[in-house]
Amino acid sequence: MTAPITTLRHYETPLLKTPFHPRTEAANKLWSWGNWGGYTTALAYQDEALEYSAVRNSATVYDLCPMIKYRVEGPEAAAYLNRLTLRNAAKLSVGGVQYTAWVNDAGHLLDDGTLFRLGPDHYRICCQERHLNWLLDSAFGFDVTVSEETEAIAALALQGPTSAEVLRRAGFDIDGLKPFRMAEFPLGSGKLMISRTGFTGDLGYELWTAPDQSLALWDLLFEAGRLHGLRPIGSGTLNMARLEAGLIVTGYDFTPADTCVREDRLRSPLEMGLAWMIDWDKGHFTGKAALQRQRDKGTRWSFVGLEIGGNIAAEGAILYRNQKTEIGVITGAIWSPILKKNIALAQILTKFVAGGDIWAEIYALRELHYEKLMMPARVVDRPFFVHDRRRATPPGRF
Amino acid sequence: MPSFDTPNFDAIVIGAGPNGLAAAHRLAVKGASVLVLEAAATPGGGAGLSHLSYNLDPRVDKAMNLAAHGLDWLTTNLATTALSPAGNHLRLEGPVGNRLTGDITDADRKAWEALRARLLRFAAVLSPLNQMPPPRIAKGVGNPMLKLGLIGLRARMLGARDFRELGRILLTNVHDLLDDEITSPQLKGALAFEATLGGWLGPRSPNSVLPWLVRLSGQTAGVQGALGLPKGGMAALGAAMAAAAAAKGVTLRCNARVVRIIVTGERVRGVILAGGEEIRANRVISAIAPKTTLLSLIGAAHLDTGLVTRARHQKARGGAAKLHLTLRAAPDFRGANLKDRLLIAGSEHDVEQSFNPVKYARVPDRPGLEILIPTAHEPRADGKHRLSAIAQFAPHAPADRDAARAEMLAACMARLEAHAPGITALAESTEILMPYDIEDRFGLPGGQWHAGELSVEQMLFLRPLPGIAQYQGPIPGLWLASAGCHPGGGVSGTPGWNAAVAMEAAE
Repeated sequence: MTAPITTLRHYETPLLKTPFHPRTEAANKLWSWGNWGGYTTALAYQDEALEYSAVRNSATVYDLCPMIKYRVEGPEAAAYLNRLTLRNAAKLSVGGVQYTAWVNDAGHLLDDGTLFRLGPDHYRICCQERHLNWLLDSAFGFDVTVSEETEAIAALALQGPTSAEVLRRAGFDIDGLKPFRMAEFPLGSGKLMISRTGFTGDLGYELWTAPDQSLALWDLLFEAGRLHGLRPIGSGTLNMARLEAGLIVTGYDFTPADTCVREDRLRSPLEMGLAWMIDWDKGHFTGKAALQRQRDKGTRWSFVGLEIGGNIAAEGAILYRNQKTEIGVITGAIWSPILKKNIALAQILTKFVAGGDIWAEIYALRELHYEKLMMPARVVDRPFFVHDRRRATPPGRF
Repeated sequence: MPSFDTPNFDAIVIGAGPNGLAAAHRLAVKGASVLVLEAAATPGGGAGLSHLSYNLDPRVDKAMNLAAHGLDWLTTNLATTALSPAGNHLRLEGPVGNRLTGDITDADRKAWEALRARLLRFAAVLSPLNQMPPPRIAKGVGNPMLKLGLIGLRARMLGARDFRELGRILLTNVHDLLDDEITSPQLKGALAFEATLGGWLGPRSPNSVLPWLVRLSGQTAGVQGALGLPKGGMAALGAAMAAAAAAKGVTLRCNARVVRIIVTGERVRGVILAGGEEIRANRVISAIAPKTTLLSLIGAAHLDTGLVTRARHQKARGGAAKLHLTLRAAPDFRGANLKDRLLIAGSEHDVEQSFNPVKYARVPDRPGLEILIPTAHEPRADGKHRLSAIAQFAPHAPADRDAARAEMLAACMARLEAHAPGITALAESTEILMPYDIEDRFGLPGGQWHAGELSVEQMLFLRPLPGIAQYQGPIPGLWLASAGCHPGGGVSGTPGWNAAVAMEAAE
């Protein structure tokens, strides 16, 4: 007889907890947890419909701690980042934030992320995947130090129409803060950095502080947001909001090149709708020659937004031309409550983007039986949803 | 001061070694104005480091007409004596010892005869690969299918038995290959030493046969496997190449160390010398090690991260030291012919055991020696002798360089003394260049003679690095033409020549 198991040893609970865990745990009525980068994260807290409603009508917080953060410092930090990433990091002014991406030698995407310029020689990269080896390899020959600081920073996304008001009521004067800018405020015995960034296509902020300030920050926000519909949201709701905003997620919309096994799954920024961010004139960067060749030759794949008939989300659907020829795959899809449309992001063979006659093969699960639907799809501009209040400065009082 | 835009030359070649000079010569013949920049005081590069010729490219020899520019051979068929401390020497005459004399059984004699013939046949089948750019594995890249097909056909025409045998031994190790056929430890030791010369592998290391076959694909004066000794030494070969290049209008500047290749607008524009002087050319051909070229002269900022990482990880460990002695009188290696190439190798196990400590950055007790006494061929007026030896193996990165150097010298002298009693007392001066000294003096990373180890994983389309194995560098205008490129080192001029051919094809 072996003794009954009454406790788990540390290696039997490999998922880490974020600094906000005492609060997210208390709020998670559904006890719905998922694994995000090795951390215990809420998929939903109480009711996904209410959580989604809060994103679009009031305010929400989302625990961002599992985002991977790297500190880049040194006299050649800007030159280093210009070689590493697609955009011009030198042009980013101190206090600015840049959405960017980076590729390998072959021009295949490794990840996208946000780049924060904290000082003339000090940046932070915030991204989905772990890349320390690539970042360190890239640092060879540059007077720069790169270190991971994921655990040193606790981060929350505060998003929604009333998010600015919640911050005001919490005592932070963010009226002058423009999109993609950041500002620092005192918080308890420490500091809070607020960036006007987000993943929802609406007004929103991301809040960055030390882990020991995390619970105080949470409590401060919820106290301030009591009358403004503030609610925590899980990854399910965030996914809906980001799809409406037309934003891609590494590992969902494309497979990062460093973990990709199948050669035909590798994607370049040109193939993922990120051509706009490439600064061809800034000088050399890793993958530039390969991307130039692809630019001149034309891409095999394209990334598009689709509107699809019906109201069944087309998650994972295969795309066809003329209902016969396979021409692509949907990487993310929802029925959008705010748009009242069935929307999707998709990888599609470039030569079929313009011709129309695109069909999505959807399997609708109806009382245990799948029904196969062939629904018409139309290429549309992204984002599907974006609100003027995202850019208005100062943000309105809602 | 040259104007910023106007090139001073059509092409600049970095390094006046055999490859740089071969490339410069070919470019000049095709009408280009060429400047060769050499960091040292005299041209020759790696030729000054070696003491024998085993793979001078016949194309280079012929096109540069080296005989007309001072190349004269003392011998094109140097014999080898595998020394025994007891005086039971084994003499290998003719190319790769086609006649054995000494203490050897008939069975071993026959076995070696057969093995030698087989190895030379295999090397001959593979040798056309040396004189072309490495085959590429990507689709539709314009491989010279006819040439490759002919090599395949010739391999197949060896017959089923030989073809199978080639497949069997291609990636095996020298020790097992020899042990299968031969019993004499002295012969096995000599051959094991010969096979691993210049590499960073012992006879029992996997894949040690293929580099040996590459070595055996070389030739001197049209005879495969023959060893040549130029009049005036290998430096004279370098000088002849320099003279041949100069005769075609190549400008040669010595004491001109390139510290930077200028890259503007993402293409090569020229070079900067140690003194700060800028020289402009839209083509720069680097005949120094690819690792140095990419990481030091170009710099990471102009290259992709993955390529830089591969360059950093390219294996370049030198395992050979170079010993120079000045002797008051001729040494006596117990009656051995001093004009021969003398090997102190011991048995195949001795060779392996001399490699073992080097794996752990230590000095072996009993290094093997390839000895040449040039003054036996060309006597000095004062009757003194020069002894030049390659000592294997030597650590390339010991904890204490000076201590390791002293230890290595002592080990070499002890080994020499055991075979030539009294030689220590005859020594007027001694000099030993450890791999790190060779790196400092000749710019070879790790002191590696091939400017990057010649091992299976760094050969053909993997040499110097995957993606840049066609002599064309990763930046427009940059060409790689050193021993670090296919097919590798020796004083051959082959990579330089191949690079020049590739440049013409790209135009």
